[in-house]
Amino acid sequence: MAGYIVRRVLQAIPVLLGTTFLIYFMVFALPGDPVVALFGEKTPPPQVVEQLRERYNLDKPFIVQYLIFLGNIFRGDLGVSFSGQPVADILAQTFPVTLRLAALSTFFLMVGGIGVGLISGLRKGGVFDASALVVSLIFISLPIFVVAFVAQYVFAIQLGWFRTTVGVGAPWQDLILPALVLATASFAQIVRLTRASVIETEGQDFVRTAASKGLSRNRIVPVHILRNSLIPVVTYLAVDFGTLMVGAVVTEGIFNVPGVGRTVYQAIIRGENPTVVAFVTVMVLIYLVVNLLIDLLYAVLDPRIRYAK
Amino acid sequence: MTEIVNGTNMQQRTAVDVGERPLLEIKDLEVGFTTQDGVVKAVDGVNITLYRGQSLAIVGESGSGKSTTAHAIINLLPGTGHISGGQILLDGQDLTKASKHDMEAIRGRKIGFVPQDPMSNLNPVWSIGFQVEEAIKANGIATGRKEVKKRAIEVLKQAGLQDADRRLKQFPHQFSGGMRQRVLIGMGLAADPQLLIADEPTSALDVTVQRVILDHLESLTRELGTTLLFITHDLGLAAERAEQLVVMYKGKVVESGPSVEILQNPQHPYTQRLVAAAPSLASRRIQASGSIAAAESSMAEDAAHAAGDTIDLIATAEARAEVLEAAASAPPAIVVEHLTKVFKIRGSGEFTAVDQVSFQIPKGTTMALVGESGSGKSTVAKMLLKLEDTTSGKIVVGGIDLASVTGKELFHLRSRMQPVFQDPYGSLNPLRNIGNTIAEPLHTHKVGTNASRRERVFELLEQVSLPKSLVSRYPNELSGGQRQRIAIARALALKPEIVVLDEAVSALDVLVQAQILRLLADLQAELGLTYLFITHDLAVVRVIADHVCVMQNGRIVEAATTDEVFDNPREQYTRDLLAAIPGAGIELGA
Repeated sequence: MAGYIVRRVLQAIPVLLGTTFLIYFMVFALPGDPVVALFGEKTPPPQVVEQLRERYNLDKPFIVQYLIFLGNIFRGDLGVSFSGQPVADILAQTFPVTLRLAALSTFFLMVGGIGVGLISGLRKGGVFDASALVVSLIFISLPIFVVAFVAQYVFAIQLGWFRTTVGVGAPWQDLILPALVLATASFAQIVRLTRASVIETEGQDFVRTAASKGLSRNRIVPVHILRNSLIPVVTYLAVDFGTLMVGAVVTEGIFNVPGVGRTVYQAIIRGENPTVVAFVTVMVLIYLVVNLLIDLLYAVLDPRIRYAK
Repeated sequence: MTEIVNGTNMQQRTAVDVGERPLLEIKDLEVGFTTQDGVVKAVDGVNITLYRGQSLAIVGESGSGKSTTAHAIINLLPGTGHISGGQILLDGQDLTKASKHDMEAIRGRKIGFVPQDPMSNLNPVWSIGFQVEEAIKANGIATGRKEVKKRAIEVLKQAGLQDADRRLKQFPHQFSGGMRQRVLIGMGLAADPQLLIADEPTSALDVTVQRVILDHLESLTRELGTTLLFITHDLGLAAERAEQLVVMYKGKVVESGPSVEILQNPQHPYTQRLVAAAPSLASRRIQASGSIAAAESSMAEDAAHAAGDTIDLIATAEARAEVLEAAASAPPAIVVEHLTKVFKIRGSGEFTAVDQVSFQIPKGTTMALVGESGSGKSTVAKMLLKLEDTTSGKIVVGGIDLASVTGKELFHLRSRMQPVFQDPYGSLNPLRNIGNTIAEPLHTHKVGTNASRRERVFELLEQVSLPKSLVSRYPNELSGGQRQRIAIARALALKPEIVVLDEAVSALDVLVQAQILRLLADLQAELGLTYLFITHDLAVVRVIADHVCVMQNGRIVEAATTDEVFDNPREQYTRDLLAAIPGAGIELGA
């Protein structure tokens, strides 16, 4: 078990190096001079430009820039943004907000998606099953920004149940609507997957055996059907974590959530290499950690799986 | 209200004790399955009466409705199944009219159920202890964590798991098949039910394990006074384990009565065929006709006559004896010398699956490789077919050393050596029709033209006694027996010299099994084929093989002619295997 974790952590190192390099290169290759762009319409004095270039190592060749950046990261220095704020500070401000949004969204996804999928699977071919299929197909066909605008218009502007945008400090109640919108992106898959899994489990011999022991339906459904059906669903949730991150960039923009997505978007527009790369690196890191945790959780859910070596 | 009901129940119970009312009475039971073409009746007017303390076996081939009857009793019919008529009276209470809630109370507490396949009937994600304890809690047998746990250990020990307290926290995958079946038996008996329904409880297990489990089940139910309803496809097993027999065929009861009576004097033609075809019984009969007194052997011949010419195993056996004499002088088709296979296991070193195995198969004869699962017999077959590399040793097929052949030569050699595998459902591609399936080896080896291949397919279908009209059908439209014939036809397409049959008849019903064995014997006589027959079932060996090698833990522990092995087994292990053949101890003569 410990050996397995160590191996997975070691595997993460080349993944991190590869992703940072790719991101760094792509941002470097973006057209336009970031320093000039910083001044907008105005033409900056040449000495100032020169100074800024030197300060942010923009005058050096790409590979040197990258190596300096890597070296700094190993020393725990993520660099400074163009506005003079340390990147580490921006990370510390924005990540908790996005994590809260992601957690809330995953919660809605699990309760809603798994709940609807379970009922659909148990009442296969019924009215509920058919309606759930239609609703989930609607969600799957709509791009997330459409869902976001519609939700904002209906629930925030017309009905006034929520605030249209997220306020300072991103309190939980303001995050409910963006989290719901974020959850719709994967809702259909979770419903379909749970449904298929429940139908398959219900046909298993051990479910009939459980009934033959005299267990009531109320016990068989959660203990013998749902529990076994969750294994593939949980695996999917991990893979889907990436979708959640991408969705967060769009959703955070629309609802003005002061989180990672909005910050990364703005940094890309401004060509702020250190900020973009630092953020993406942390996102990749979180993705890897989440996947490792899910793989470990998988062993808890299914006792047949044991990680040898 | 409930008290009044209880009162009547009490009266009924007294009546039963006197012996007037049966514990279980099934009257004109009908079970239907709703399909696209309307309702299909799986059980059609079945009557069964079972008295307290008795044991009764329902026998029949798959599709006869025996398991459906069992599932109807506990109201757990699969899919669209429903009871469409008749009554099921348990202690006078009609179960077909019982509410969902009533049935939950009856299951487990009044009727225990032991399912067929120990591999799929335990939930893999919960520990053994959890699954036994929930049965105890649901039936209100014990309350409080300690009491429930105590009872769980008691139940498992009673079912033959001696180290139950230690293994409570283990999961099903850490148990062997036999151990899991013990757990299931323990669960079925956890609430001391009056009636225990055992649905083919051991058909997935090795023959020696099967016997131990059944012995235990028998003594346990006798001890507890449990009434036993036993369901099986094996007539020998049924006769050995139950006092009463009910023979089912296509949803109807064709014959019922005391077991010995039915075996010795079957009335219905179907039962007669079943008795004649059961390899466990037939093997005994071949022996009987040779060595036991004339009066008894004439009895056996009568039984064989009753079977008509559908299956005449004695004649098959005699015809083979002549072939055998001729074969002794011919060069061997297969020579295996010091064959060894070592598998590397991650973490725990090496495992020797096959250990210094040597044997020869004379051309035109059948050699049976016998052993329990895990004995290495299938690994030998795979190495012989060159589907698995050898660790050391030598295999010579038709004078060619397998180790030296590669590429084209191997390709050519393969056409002379064809396999038939155990599972007729898994070995046919569901997306290819029968004609294409049989013709595939001809395409692969570029034999003949399209027209001549078509001719060959028809010829093969005729050889395996199947109608030509099957060429355009798909595997899912055929029965298990038909599929296995297709697999045999495919194996014969290239006119091979050697056919390796890996448990080729193990998954089939007795009647189909007998047909296939007969077919194999006929084809051997006709085409001079050499068979390597791999099986765990010694009863089948008796009617098909000339030579037997008994394998245990990767080694051949006994090798001799079939008669020698059966009449005079040298090794204790072989004797155990022989003794475990169900029904072997039943004398067919009076």
